[in-house]
Amino acid sequence: MLTIEAPVEKTIELENNIHLLKILSPQIASTIKPGQFLNIRVSETYYPLLRRPFSVCDVLGDHIFIMFNVLGEGTKILAHKHKGETIDVLGPLGNGFKTDDEYDTAVIVAGGLGSAPFPYLTRKLKRHKKNIISFVGGKTESDVITYGMNNIFISTDDGSLGFKGTVVELLNRNINLFEQKKIKIFSCGPNAMLRALKEFCIKNNFECEASTECAMACGFGICQGCPIESTHNHEKYLLVCKDGPVFNVKDVVI
Amino acid sequence: MSTVDLSVSIGPLKLRNPVLLASGTVGYGNEMSEHIDLNKIGGIVTKSLSLKPRKGNPPQRIVETPAGMLNAIGLANVGVEVFLKEKIPFLKQFDVPLICNIAASTIEEYVECTRILTNEKSISAFEINVSCPNVKEGGLQFGNDISAVGKITAKVKAVTNKPVIIKLSPNVSYISDFAKAVKDEGGDAVSAINTLVGTSFNIFTRRPKIYNVTGGLSGPAIKPVALAKVLEINQKVKIPVIGIGGIMNWQDVIEFMIAGSSAIQLGTVNFINPKASEEILKGLEDYCIKYKIKKISELTGSYKI
Repeated sequence: MLTIEAPVEKTIELENNIHLLKILSPQIASTIKPGQFLNIRVSETYYPLLRRPFSVCDVLGDHIFIMFNVLGEGTKILAHKHKGETIDVLGPLGNGFKTDDEYDTAVIVAGGLGSAPFPYLTRKLKRHKKNIISFVGGKTESDVITYGMNNIFISTDDGSLGFKGTVVELLNRNINLFEQKKIKIFSCGPNAMLRALKEFCIKNNFECEASTECAMACGFGICQGCPIESTHNHEKYLLVCKDGPVFNVKDVVI
Repeated sequence: MSTVDLSVSIGPLKLRNPVLLASGTVGYGNEMSEHIDLNKIGGIVTKSLSLKPRKGNPPQRIVETPAGMLNAIGLANVGVEVFLKEKIPFLKQFDVPLICNIAASTIEEYVECTRILTNEKSISAFEINVSCPNVKEGGLQFGNDISAVGKITAKVKAVTNKPVIIKLSPNVSYISDFAKAVKDEGGDAVSAINTLVGTSFNIFTRRPKIYNVTGGLSGPAIKPVALAKVLEINQKVKIPVIGIGGIMNWQDVIEFMIAGSSAIQLGTVNFINPKASEEILKGLEDYCIKYKIKKISELTGSYKI
């Protein structure tokens, strides 16, 4: 875990308020794993005060990409970062996706901005010669983010793009794709999606990891601000920042 | 070699410098040791310990506010037994004064925790948390009651020879009345201030953003309040004060010392800049050299009003 002043290379607006920030950090780029995150201090002033956690979106050589949508003060500042500026980055943080277990097909399930960690995961999985099928959902067409993903099935709640319904319903309709295959599901998205997905995976006995989210301050375990209920020990919470953000869905109450 | 003497005393407790890391912002040391050399700081105050482990509050526990944050962690901690068995061995590797913060639901629990911990040689002092705003029993319920604060001070002092510091709540009319009760009952020092009670609502759902409804406000937003409380105690009661509240840099530390603090604690800043304590120490030394201050302790209560 490092705290560094990373030079900003550029900020790109992909579409529909979705931005990519490209920063230079050879040290972090060489060690960070898909699903891990960075806690970024967007300004040196006292507003916004806290760092913002972002999953690593992609890594290319010495460069790291972060994906975000402009929601509040912090992301507004981030969207206006230019080449020549630096940002204070803390990372890599947390535990990422486990990509080296026994499976032949990786199934990615993403909802909305939950697509953020998957360009990098897709890149790694391709390197490991895994088959990849991606299911991407959103409320409406403008929420669907397919950047950097492969072999994509799309759903929208309002039917404006792809299948009309939730991404988990779409997954269920295509369950025949997984016959005779050993699959592992990698997911990230809103809690309602992750809950439905967990139920689907338990019913069908599919291995599934999910990247979870929670408001946090430090990102490395000292503030205790980001509890998540464990399914194994009800006496103690796990922490999203340190024990996650990626969990096997069987291990946590979503 | 430095020509500046950064050492300070908090009653009987001698520290090599005035910079302590506040309870709940340093865990039990292990995470912070990846960022800073714990051997260099004045001391660390552990996460509040209770007799039995506490799970803490469900999420959401944290909300950002202008120049601050609200937290309602709910005193999640491993309990004294696990602390002694699993956390102390790690902390022992460092040459850093360890102040154990204790939280409890009853006066008896404060006493019992102190009694169990007092024989542990690596513990230098106790900080008694009578002011946590985020738990149902204990906490602020004691912090708002002068006679309870006095009673806790006396009973805890009776079971330990180590310095006892009482962490006071700012959510009272006159904090100096509480500091006086601590002094009268033999307490060695007070920490001021704990967080201010605050809340925040989601305007679309009309629900509180924090599960606990209210939380404790910390960060630079509370600094002027904290400084005024430190000054009030300094002017009314002869008891050492450890200043806490929104300290972000060395300039803030100097300000707190001028207002009457013998030492200070860094809290929220540790979440934002885990290296803050080291940077602050460098800044304090440079300030003292520049302004020919031989002993930093000369600053304590040196205001000109």
